[in-house]
Amino acid sequence: MQRTGAEIVWEVLRREGVEVVFGVPGGAIMPTYDLRATYGIHHVLMRHEQAAAHAADGYARATGRVGVALATSGPGATNLTTGIANAMLDSIPLVCITGQVHAQLLGTDAFQEADITGITLPITKHGYLVTDVNDLGPALHEAFSVARSGRPGPVLVDLPKDVQIATGEYIPPELLAPSSAAPGTADEGDLNEALGELTSMIDDAERPVVLCGHGIVASGSGKRLLQLAEQADLPTAVTLLGKSAFPETHPLALGMMGMHGTVAANFAIQRADLLIALGMRFDDRVTGRLDAYAPDARKVHVDIDEVELGKLVSVDLTIHADVADVLAWLISRVRSRQRPAWRQKLGAWQDEDAQRIASSVTRDATSPLTVPTVVRKLFDSTHGDSTLVVDVGQCQMWAAQFYPATSGKPFITSGGLGTMGFALPAAIGVQIARPQDEVWVLAGDGGFQMSLHDLATVVQEQLPLRIAVFNNGYLGMVRQWQEMFYDGRYEATPLLNPDFVKLAEAYGIEAARAETPKQADEIIARARSCSGPVLMEFRVVGEGPEGNVYPMVSAGCALDDMIYQPTLASCAKEPRL
Amino acid sequence: MKRTLVAWVEDEPGALNRIVSLFRRRLFNIASLTVGSTERPGISRMTIVLDSGQTPSDRLAGHLRKLVNVVRVEDVTDRPAVLHDLAVVKVQTETETRGDVMQVAVASGARVVDVGPCTVTVETTGTEESVDALVAQLRPFGIAEMVRTGRVAMLRDDASAGWKE
Repeated sequence: MQRTGAEIVWEVLRREGVEVVFGVPGGAIMPTYDLRATYGIHHVLMRHEQAAAHAADGYARATGRVGVALATSGPGATNLTTGIANAMLDSIPLVCITGQVHAQLLGTDAFQEADITGITLPITKHGYLVTDVNDLGPALHEAFSVARSGRPGPVLVDLPKDVQIATGEYIPPELLAPSSAAPGTADEGDLNEALGELTSMIDDAERPVVLCGHGIVASGSGKRLLQLAEQADLPTAVTLLGKSAFPETHPLALGMMGMHGTVAANFAIQRADLLIALGMRFDDRVTGRLDAYAPDARKVHVDIDEVELGKLVSVDLTIHADVADVLAWLISRVRSRQRPAWRQKLGAWQDEDAQRIASSVTRDATSPLTVPTVVRKLFDSTHGDSTLVVDVGQCQMWAAQFYPATSGKPFITSGGLGTMGFALPAAIGVQIARPQDEVWVLAGDGGFQMSLHDLATVVQEQLPLRIAVFNNGYLGMVRQWQEMFYDGRYEATPLLNPDFVKLAEAYGIEAARAETPKQADEIIARARSCSGPVLMEFRVVGEGPEGNVYPMVSAGCALDDMIYQPTLASCAKEPRL
Repeated sequence: MKRTLVAWVEDEPGALNRIVSLFRRRLFNIASLTVGSTERPGISRMTIVLDSGQTPSDRLAGHLRKLVNVVRVEDVTDRPAVLHDLAVVKVQTETETRGDVMQVAVASGARVVDVGPCTVTVETTGTEESVDALVAQLRPFGIAEMVRTGRVAMLRDDASAGWKE
């Protein structure tokens, strides 16, 4: 059937099941915007294209579907790039559609021309510059297929303005030859052999540990993992992005591994005789010093992405497959057994973690506030049942440590790229995807100010986001490193902040401030009863031992070389490295 | 170590760029790269020789396979294959050395493709070593200019080794 390019864009989006897109219009994408209303797809007008990419990313994480961002050419497109890189490192399926100058002007440095397919080449799974309207339908459908298949990721489709206007043939995907984009996995014979080997490794292990990564979330196989863990008595540690996939109050839960992980997780990994890594990629924040990582363990790595297998950690067995299939297979074959000695050892470390968590929370109603105290209060108040969208830095680590995932609700944060400013715009996508959820944004004062412009979007879309801003007057994680590794020279980390309450009020957002645990209780309760958006500023301790995230494994140290919360005296001048 | 990979790639704008960008990003050093057409319209064939450092060969091929435009990848490094380079060498000659240059060329299986008043241009194909050997023999006469294409590779005697659906 004959369609204009702009019609094809919306036709494809509709057929791909897209209900909402996030974007900012501009000259080169106007023909496409002009037809949106006809197709009834909701458009969320963001205040910055980076925020549009993050919102689409949050939407994708909250639904498991492909997120869509729309931007114009030139600066609109280049503004998307941080959001695209973020989605690439966290394997989030995105389709970003950018306007481009007229095809005959490409390469002439025309007004608002940027080579966005070139710029995004290393941070996308694939990109298309469509210069013929007849190629648009197949390219855009293939973009969705590439974004969601195998290890998901972002795909960019660049559309010159004249291609949006031109009329061409649109062939529905069911009439097209299947795309060759779908990646393979290991062939069945090899896979069965490897799975057989893994089964006997699990049956024979005395000190096994499962590492639950983002792949468990992405494949929706948290329930299967829990079933396997219970069946074979497998203690399980989570990565930051795998956090919501395993109930952290379960006796087999070791908590988060890595730089700011728990004693139980990190010690268990270092003492294990078998590591089973499921859908994770041994990031440096997770392993610490590689040559001292899990020295006694045979290691098994399961991932959908072949090139991750054995990339950083040398492993004894690699399984290139969808982790959901692997879990189903294991559940049907792995022997049911108990490992009391190992569980007893782990129990002591789990108790140590529980005690540390309890002692980090201020009980005194009038003492200065800390982030752990607020996060714990939030957990108690919401019974762990809210959806958290967390920014980057200290608040991120504290949220991960003090808000255990218990309900299976998403815990959404920028893991691989560590993008400050991610939380607020991502939460816009999350709240739109999950209107019934109580969605909380947890951000530091630094990160919040990197994307606060999108408070306007929150109001415009009437989203009941609960936005907690932790004001410690610093770029806190950098300050912590300065204290520990740069002799306390606080270069460029103190922040002169605006009045966050007045700022929120200027956007028409209800706001409140808390400086004590008692006030924190009050404003959390009030925020939870609000029907519209609400911003809470928590004035928190920014210095001293309570201003730092512990425990910590310094970069380049072995995973069990952990720094615990130091005493006041030892921390003041002598950071323990 | 140096590895030789053959990649079948959809002949689309940006495909070469993607492959080169991948190697740049992963810090693999390309020693040579040739691109040309195949028996199959729309499919180009690349022969890539690169120093992959510590990266094992199956991961190199895996990275390539993940690119949407890459149809197929073979690592031919340790397999019986024709591995050939082409070189064109322009040698300075004087009346008394011209015959010697042409004799060296013919004796090593090269072709003389141009003879001028002060130069003889010789073309050869063969393994990297055989081309190196010819160049070494010509060097004493004075090489004015030389160009080499980089390696092309094809597995020996495997009828199923071409492009597949």
